[in-house]
Amino acid sequence: MNIVVLMKQVPDTWSERTLRAADNTLDRDAADAVMNELDEYAIEEGLRLTEAHGGEVTIVSMGPEKATESIRKALSMGADKAVHVSDEALHGSDALVTSAVLAKVLERAGFDLVILGSESTDARTGVLAAMLAERLGVPQLTFASKVDIDGSAIAIHRLADYGYDTVEGTLPAVVSVVEKINEPRYPSFKGIMAAKKKPVETLTVADLGIDPAQVGLAASATEVVEWAKRPPRAAGVVVTDDGDGGTKAAEFLASRKFI
Amino acid sequence: MPRSLDPAASTDLLRIDDQLSDDERLVRDTVRKFAADRIMPHIADWFEAGTLPKELAPELGSLGLLGMHLTGYGCAGMGPIAYGVTCREMEAADSGLRSLVSVQGSLAMFPIWKYGSEEQKQEWLPRMAAGQAIGCFGLTEPDHGSDPSSMKTHANRSGGDWVLNGAKMWITNGSIADIAVVWADTQDGIRGFLVHKGARGFSARNIHKKMSLRASVTSELHFDDVKLPASAMLPEVRGLKGPLSCLSEARFGIVWGVTGAARACFEAAAGYARTREQFGRKIGGFQLTQGKLAWMLADLQRAQLLALHLGRLKEAGSITPEQVSLGKMSNVRTAIEIARQARTILGANGVTLEYPVIRHANNLESVLTYEGTEEIHTLALGQAITGISAYR
Ligand SMILES: Cc1cc2nc3c(=O)[nH]c(=O)nc-3n(C[C@H](O)[C@H](O)[C@H](O)COP(=O)(O)OP(=O)(O)OC[C@H]3O[C@@H](n4cnc5c(N)ncnc54)[C@H](O)[C@@H]3O)c2cc1C
Repeated sequence: MNIVVLMKQVPDTWSERTLRAADNTLDRDAADAVMNELDEYAIEEGLRLTEAHGGEVTIVSMGPEKATESIRKALSMGADKAVHVSDEALHGSDALVTSAVLAKVLERAGFDLVILGSESTDARTGVLAAMLAERLGVPQLTFASKVDIDGSAIAIHRLADYGYDTVEGTLPAVVSVVEKINEPRYPSFKGIMAAKKKPVETLTVADLGIDPAQVGLAASATEVVEWAKRPPRAAGVVVTDDGDGGTKAAEFLASRKFI
Repeated sequence: MPRSLDPAASTDLLRIDDQLSDDERLVRDTVRKFAADRIMPHIADWFEAGTLPKELAPELGSLGLLGMHLTGYGCAGMGPIAYGVTCREMEAADSGLRSLVSVQGSLAMFPIWKYGSEEQKQEWLPRMAAGQAIGCFGLTEPDHGSDPSSMKTHANRSGGDWVLNGAKMWITNGSIADIAVVWADTQDGIRGFLVHKGARGFSARNIHKKMSLRASVTSELHFDDVKLPASAMLPEVRGLKGPLSCLSEARFGIVWGVTGAARACFEAAAGYARTREQFGRKIGGFQLTQGKLAWMLADLQRAQLLALHLGRLKEAGSITPEQVSLGKMSNVRTAIEIARQARTILGANGVTLEYPVIRHANNLESVLTYEGTEEIHTLALGQAITGISAYR
């Protein structure tokens, strides 16, 4: 089975993240870059599926040169090869443009299954799986907490507030995964050494037959017009227990729709 | 471009880790995550109970930590800086865990890899790399610590075989080891022997009531007419340079390792100083506390630079034992000073296992003594400087 896992490098959620004053795009130099956490789960799932059913895992990543670090990590975990789309022209691309570029890569590489994290920690749009499925004309099975494959049939547990739905489809398909799905493996030291020899193909927009004017900030359908820092957290609510503490606590939770 | 303004990110103010390669950073992150997942939740309990779960060894093996700097025989074949970073991240968790990795890789696997016969390598190295077999290194004796050349343990020829007699003391992993690398005197000088667990006449007993390195097994080994075949001897080395070369490997790991323990203490102290309030303000706002933290950070980063520099020398293949002595002497002392300063900032919390500081401080006392005491490394440097040996 030919599995493609999409992987994005993002600014570390633990460091202070900010946008660039010049064009309101993410300042990728201001923070340490790491692999988007959910993508580790996507890679793990890809590896497990090929371990069970045979085949190869190809990593596809669109991002600046620095993303090679995260690609190396993915290969160290056990992925077989990688395609890195790296082009200055892509700077500032929104989800719609990104999905168009990735769809081109996927068409070119061929796939039985595309796996991706259900969102990235930087933009958090969570729409990429749907956009890709639409562009590629294949089923989307999103928010998977479990994936089963039997021949060309695929079934997932789609995580929901009330538990899960079982969603079925046929391959080829696009699956987005949530954290519950597995426990990602550590890249082993032998894996790190082996990754040095694994093929990484680097592509520009032109290599994909895309007009550079069709990508990047200018070509994007969305635009960040203005932004502000999140206000500091307000002080919490202190509930004094005059015998009715339980009720007050329950009322507070109900007012926030927690219960 | 200023990096994060988050005070918590200031542990590596000089951004020394930017000097690491992608692979070395990946090694760092892997070991850090493993330690956070598998060691940190339990380490205080292991320390208090004086145990180390043996199941950790195969986990460390499957990650590739054991004998990571050796090549072939199932070893990962990584460079010295990756090895150093691994020791650092393990010791940021606990010196006992780092000791397990050091002893297995540098003191038990290294002599087999470097001085062993092909059969010995085939038999032991793959299993040891996988953590399925544990090794230990027996040099120190009850009456011969800093001066191992006068060891009493000896092996005599009996026909084609050897008969081993004597005792070893303070042996890390001794009682849990499947294979002991034992250094013994013979008619033609000191030689290394591989002694199997369960060999007749070989027994190991744990040393209890240690107040340091408690999450590590330390044992005494006894050899009472242990019969060994000729094939048990390491063929390729003779004399004290055998064990000393192993120690040089392991000491290099200590130079890095202790910077991990020191970093953990600094982080605990800095975190505490940012939140603990006295006299109506954060104790981190007092100049005395800031003075302590500033010097701790300066000392820590100096120690890290020293470790990185020795790593580069080792990478280039030019490192000398005196350089390693300088690193071991200097960095262990620095780490102890940082641990002690950190302890004061935590007040009473500094003496409990709720925080990592007293554990690290106690552990570092063992690290100060083993693999050559501070005094012996001082004398090695004294000899290098003056040309006069004060101890031999
Ligand atoms: C937790 C732990 C684990 C250990 N693990 C191992 C192991 O796995 N394998 C192994 O072989 N050993 C191991 N050791 C032993 C360790 O290497 C020795 O303790 C160390 O070499 C010192 O020997 P000693 O304790 O006999 O002290 P001594 O040699 O008796 O030293 C006592 C004091 O005298 C000083 N001294 C000695 N000679 C001189 C001199 N000429 N000039 C000035 N001062 C001097 C020393 O520096 C020290 O301060 C371990 C020790 C500990 C504590």
